[in-house]
Order: sequence, then C-alpha cells, then structure tokens
Amino acid sequence: MAPLKKDGSQRSFNRAWLLLLLLPYIFLLWMPFYAKSKPALWGFPLFYWYQFLWVPLSALMTGWVYRVTR
Amino acid sequence: MAHELNWTATAVFVFFMALVAVVGLFAGRWRRGDLGEIEEWGLAGRRFGTIVTWFLVGGDFYTAYTLIAVPALVYGAGAIGFFALPYTIIVYPFVFLVMPRLWRVSRRHNYITLADFTHGRYGSHWLALAVAVTGILATIPYIALQLVGIQVSIAALGFHGSSWSSDVPLIIAFLILAGFDYTSGLRGPASISFIKGVMVYAVVLVAVIWVPWKLGGYAHVFQVASHVLASRSTRIPLILPRRQFVPFATLALGSALAAFLYPHLVTSILSASSGRVIRRNAVLLPAFTFLLGLIALLGFVAIAAGVHVGRPDDVVPAMFQQLFPPWFSGFCFAAIAVGALVPAAIMSIACGNLFTRNIYRQYISRDLNPRQESTIAKLVSLLVKFGALAFVLFGNPTYAINLQLLGGIWILQTLPVAVFGLFTRWFHRRALFIGWAVGMIVGSGMAWAEQMRTAVYPLKLLGVTFSSYAAIDALVINMAVAAALTPLLNAIGVDAGSDETVPSDYAIEPEEAGRAEGIAGAAPVSEGAS
Repeated sequence: MAPLKKDGSQRSFNRAWLLLLLLPYIFLLWMPFYAKSKPALWGFPLFYWYQFLWVPLSALMTGWVYRVTR
Repeated sequence: MAHELNWTATAVFVFFMALVAVVGLFAGRWRRGDLGEIEEWGLAGRRFGTIVTWFLVGGDFYTAYTLIAVPALVYGAGAIGFFALPYTIIVYPFVFLVMPRLWRVSRRHNYITLADFTHGRYGSHWLALAVAVTGILATIPYIALQLVGIQVSIAALGFHGSSWSSDVPLIIAFLILAGFDYTSGLRGPASISFIKGVMVYAVVLVAVIWVPWKLGGYAHVFQVASHVLASRSTRIPLILPRRQFVPFATLALGSALAAFLYPHLVTSILSASSGRVIRRNAVLLPAFTFLLGLIALLGFVAIAAGVHVGRPDDVVPAMFQQLFPPWFSGFCFAAIAVGALVPAAIMSIACGNLFTRNIYRQYISRDLNPRQESTIAKLVSLLVKFGALAFVLFGNPTYAINLQLLGGIWILQTLPVAVFGLFTRWFHRRALFIGWAVGMIVGSGMAWAEQMRTAVYPLKLLGVTFSSYAAIDALVINMAVAAALTPLLNAIGVDAGSDETVPSDYAIEPEEAGRAEGIAGAAPVSEGAS
C-alpha cells in the first residue's frame, strides 16, 4: 500500500494506525483461518458467522483510523 | 400459480413503480442547479453530504442483480457464493484510502470522470481513451443485467410467455428509467435510492427473520442445506472445500479492487461534497454489507424451504412467491425492480459523462460549452440504455452475464493507471498503456478458455470463480509489464508527458480537516453548494 503524502498542514498522526486497514484483507483472504464448521455459533458454522463478525470489526477499524487521521 | 397474473401483487408493484416515477421526475428540483450543465446533470453539482451519499453509493453498489445472483449462486453452488461477503467488507478500507484522493484532485481540476483524471495526470488522451472505453464496455452489460433483474421480478408477477406483450411491463419500467434520468440527471437515482434503501431493508429483514423462524431456525436451515448440497450430483460441502480456497479469495480480492473503478461508482463518489464524506461512508456503508450477507443466506433458506426452479436466477422471486402473502411478494418484487432502476440510471449517466468528456470532446468537437456537453451526455445515456434494452429483449441473457464477467476482468485492468496514478507518477504513461492492453488481452483470453471449461459444471455462474481469478492474473501481468517498461522507456528518453496536477491537489484541505473539528457528528448535507 502506497504511503499517503504528507500535507504538512494538520496535526500529524501515527502512520502505524494505517496498518489496521490491512487486517481485514489478511483475516478474510487467508481461507485456512475460517473454512471450518466448528465452533458453531447459534447454529451458524464458523465459516459463516466469522464473515458476518468481520463486517462490524472492519467498520470499527476503519472508523478508528478515521478518528485518528482526521 | 405462476402462470396467471397475481392481481394483488401486481397492484402493489404498480403503486411503487408509479411512486418512483413521480419522485424521479421531480428530483431535478431537489437542491436545484442548472441541469443544462454537465456537472449538475451528471454529478448533481458535487454537493451530496454523508447521508445522501450513503444511500446513493449503497443503492449503486448493491445492485438488484446482486440481490438475485448472490442467493442464486449460494443456492446452486453453496459456500463459494459467500465470496460476496469478504468482497464487500475489504472493499471499504480501499475506498477509504483511495477514493478521497480521487475526489480532491477531481474537485480541484473539475474532473467529471476517471478518464478526465487520467488525461490530466498523464497528459495522454490515448490513456484516457483506454480508461473511458474500458469503463463503457464494462458497464453496458451491467445495465442489461439490471434490466434482467426487472424482467425476473415482472415475470414472477405472472407476466409470462413468449408473446411480446410479456415484455410490455419491462418497456414501461424502462421508460420510467429513461424519463427520470433524462430530466433529473443524477438527482433522479439519488432520490430514488432512499426508497430503494428502505424497501430492500424491509424485504431482507422480514425474509431473514421471519422465514427461518417459520422453517425452524438457522441451525435447521444449515442442516438441511448441508444435506441437500451433499446429495446433489455435484456433492458440494457446506463449508468451502480446499480446492475453492484460491478461487474464493481471488474472487473476493479482484472484485473488491475492481468495484470502485466502475464508472457508475466513480460518479457516485465524485458527487459527494467532500473527501471527508467519502471517508465517513467507508465506515458507514458496511451496514449494507451486513444486509448483503443476509441476502446470501437466502440461498440456503430457499434450499431449506424446498424451492425448486429451472433457472437459479428465479430462486429469490420463487421463494418470495411461495412463502409470502401476495401483497408482500408484490412489495418484494417492487423492491427488486426499484433496486435495479437506481444503478441502471447511474450507469447510463456515467457512460454519458465518459463518452462526452473523453471521446466526443476529445475526438469530435473540441470546443464544447457545458450546455452542449450536458445535451450530448443526456443523449448518450439514452442511447446506452436502449442498447441494453435491446440486449435484454432480443439477446440471450447468458450473453449479458458472460459479458459482465468479462467486464469485471477489463475494469480491473485500469487499476494501475487510476489507483497507482493517485499516489505516484513513477509509471511511464506508455508502459501503463501497454500493460493495460496486455492485461485486457490476457484476461479476455483466459476467460474465453475457462468459459469452455465451466461448461462442465451444471451452473454457468460457477464460471465467476475462474473468471475473476483471471482478472487477478491479468492484473499481475499488467502491473509487471508496466513496472518493467517504465525504466526502459525513461532510459531511451520517450516523452513521459505532462502532469497538470500537483501533490497538494491530493492532500486533505485544511478546511476539510478544520470542519471535522467544528461540526463533528453533524451531516454536512448542504455544504459545498456552488
């Protein structure tokens, strides 16, 4: 991922936070993490509830990066 | 039951289509601007705040065809159909990082299209033409698929048969679309996207809560689905098998990287009132992804409910018809049709913008005033829609599906030009052009070869798997060519072209950052009015 250009005008933030945006890619594209049926949750096999879980997780991470970079 | 007209459902359907027609036609008065100018007609004056953008991009990205095709794929092919969920999750970090930059530079230089940016950044009208043509070619079959979505929902009302009269409702829906697009521009689909959002949410919440409850809970749904999938001749397991790991992941990644390069999504993004609106929406839009996940589950619900259809695309309408009372199934079909009108409208507007700005103005008549630009864009958007309608009425819908798959491969080949271009000017414009051309040829060739192979499978949609894998493969080759040729072309001293943008064009404006402090939490709905 290319680094954002420094624009100088605002308060700077810790660029390491941007790495948070990489996590959904790692955790959703590495299939051995979750292509399994157990543990099940409310009748949902792991493969399915894990994906649903990542919807809010990813949004929270992006939201956090929005907070620290604005 | 499917062979006679369902009057209650039809009445509900007609009511909502009429509502949409009225709202769409009057939308031009909303935050009134001079619709004779392309920036007003084609981008609604770049003044949409967080909430409007949320509905607009949501209505634009989660198309009606998605609502039909994703459950159909899950119904027919099982776990692989769920790639749509990771796809629409990982798309947003990408949107967050990339799209505000595109918005800022486009605002400063009055770019209307991605090809406008390409032209300004690389000083190359050929590269801009490549981006424009790729965008238009990828979008037209996509419009056709939206019309297929309308067709499927109309057929479910009972307008069946081979006679031409069964096409009349589709033509009426098409005229509504053409009418509000022409008169209201982007404000049309933007206002209808509110209706779409509410309707689709209502349908999905009812379907995913009420139906499994009626069928005995999700544990039961998964159990039955697992059983039925395993007993089919294809013997698909409920959990993604190892051999589908790579197709699943590459399909999700390729789709996520390609999505916001489509002209209709670029149009929605550029109509936002600030880069901050886009960044906020990258946080808020996953609410629609959650909805899409629930919609994907409907594929398993349909299996558990014992729905049998000849064509997978009919799964969702057939299930609605089987499980709901007529008035609510009519509402559901209307939601699908309205859901098709929003993206179809934006897609044709985006094609109109591209053709006008990057083909007509460049190659046919250079001195166009904004008024002429707007007129041409309106006419082209009409023409594009008629092309898509002809496709649906006289062609085989399978062609539209195959072309749309190809379109996904093609559009991804513009990523190095567009996305790398937003961050660096390191790549040589000719290297990018050659990379694009190689990627287009390789990707199309691979899809062509794999289309033959997918014929082995009972489901044509299974071809999606391999096609998108081809998109990623072609992209890697495309990037390798561009990276290898760049130093070479620089070494022989080939002109690298001009660049009318400067680094500060892409940076967050102080006012944008300042505003964030001032009215945090408030939706800047009317800011940026010009």
